[in-house]
Amino acid sequence: MKILVTAKRVPDPESTIKVNSSGDGIEEAGIKWVVNPFDEIAIEEALRVKEAQGDAEVVVVSIGPSEAQEQLRTGLAMGADRAILVTGENLDTSAVAKILVKIVEKESPDIVITGKQAIDDDSNEVGQMTAQLLGWPQATFISELKIADDKSSAECTREVDGGMETISVPLPALITADLRLNEPRYASLPGIMKARKKPLEQIEAASLGVDTTPKIVIKSMAPPPAREAGRIVESVDELVTALQSEAKVL
Amino acid sequence: MSNVLVYAEHAHGSVPKAVSVALAAGKKLAGLSGGQTILAVVGSGIDEVAKAAAGLGADKVVTIDNAAAEHALADISVEALKAAAAATDAKTIVFAATSKGKDIAPRLAAALDASIASDITGINDDGTLQRPMWAGNVFATVELSAETKVVSVRTTAFDPAEGGGEAPVEALSVELAAPANAAKFVSLEETKSDRPVLTEAERIVSGGRGLKSAEQFAEILNPLCDALGAALGASRAVVDAGFVPNDLQIGQTGKVVAPTLYFAIGISGAIQHLAGMKDSKVICAINKDEEAPIFSVSDFGLVADLFQAVPELTEKIKAAA
Repeated sequence: MKILVTAKRVPDPESTIKVNSSGDGIEEAGIKWVVNPFDEIAIEEALRVKEAQGDAEVVVVSIGPSEAQEQLRTGLAMGADRAILVTGENLDTSAVAKILVKIVEKESPDIVITGKQAIDDDSNEVGQMTAQLLGWPQATFISELKIADDKSSAECTREVDGGMETISVPLPALITADLRLNEPRYASLPGIMKARKKPLEQIEAASLGVDTTPKIVIKSMAPPPAREAGRIVESVDELVTALQSEAKVL
Repeated sequence: MSNVLVYAEHAHGSVPKAVSVALAAGKKLAGLSGGQTILAVVGSGIDEVAKAAAGLGADKVVTIDNAAAEHALADISVEALKAAAAATDAKTIVFAATSKGKDIAPRLAAALDASIASDITGINDDGTLQRPMWAGNVFATVELSAETKVVSVRTTAFDPAEGGGEAPVEALSVELAAPANAAKFVSLEETKSDRPVLTEAERIVSGGRGLKSAEQFAEILNPLCDALGAALGASRAVVDAGFVPNDLQIGQTGKVVAPTLYFAIGISGAIQHLAGMKDSKVICAINKDEEAPIFSVSDFGLVADLFQAVPELTEKIKAAA
């Protein structure tokens, strides 16, 4: 069995994000870059499948700047077998999905696992788009994955608005990981040492014959409208009075 | 001039408020393109839903009634909506940014080679759209360059479309067959609650790590919820800890809410949580840590031990009612 997982390079979720002075991006100085937390969950799940199956291979893919090598090394240090970096600039979700399709066609994995969204653009699109372009079934926002004994299908429990939905997808299939699928492991020191020697293939997006012209263009960026801080009340009585007579919501 | 198709998701024979919000955005987009706004109802045995949809304020309702579409799984829904868009000459397809909308919309965009913007919060007169990024730290103005456009609409970003009248309902005759490798529905375990739906509630009581345990979470917050007729919500930390079901999580990766009154109890206010609630009209926070970031977005903050303050608050709200 072969599993392909994604590892987008994003700012650490604890970073302070501010729009830059020209309003066309974020202030990057001082930002620590990490694997998108949802992709980390995807990698962990792939490793757990591998450990359960014994004979599986885990390939981790990143599409973006050449610095994303760091994130691929993190995936390798966690336990992935090899990595593929597709370098390119100004790629929107549609372009990323088309590139991912090319890699999937080349690698023929049984399962592709992506994070449900990247915490930078918060789009939540690439997995679903990739599944459609491949003509594969999808199971999005999953919190449990069970692969059938004959490896022909997977039962996936999804986090949906009113509760939990379980669907069965024939393999190959694309799955997107939600928060509670697992707790990703930390890379061990031997893992980090080993990762340095694992294969990392680099491909230029332009060489894949994919039209990556953006279909969504960011014209400008602005900070959110500020919410004015209110005041501290001294007691429950004062709070109730404020809600009644000032805010008039009780 | 092109029409706007709005996906009318449904459950238990009714259409959620989120669809009326998507419809409001759809109408604004149709106003810019000079076209009609058409609701699409897809499913199996949907007469009742179609009737409800007809009263929501669209120009028209189209239905695709097919057993294969019963569970609104993404692959078959995309086939149905592709057919509906073609039949109605719609170049813009609008979804509510719910779990169903987020599941289907990007897949449809790929099928149509369309531009997509997810979770939009605004529509400008020049047709550009607003959408949040980086957990709401940034609002981007985006332009969709493809002829066909797909958007999903943040469910708190527009006032729901005004209902009324009765739009004509047209049943589309579409051949729909699930492909051999289609996903199959197995089961749905619904969260049972007598409380209002989180994303539609006027009042929300939300709890965080400060509640300490699942038992205390319920013991302290349930009476306040009952006294206010509020929905119950939670921060990621307590959902991860298993105090409450996953679908109560509010924040960047959970639900986005904007009730009239939001109580944050024992919630420190990580940026990821604020991303899901800071558009609430009135925010009240109770936390024993006066440095907690939640106080920076609160209208009224009370620095106190919640185990004493919340029961007292509950009693005083009951007495005032």
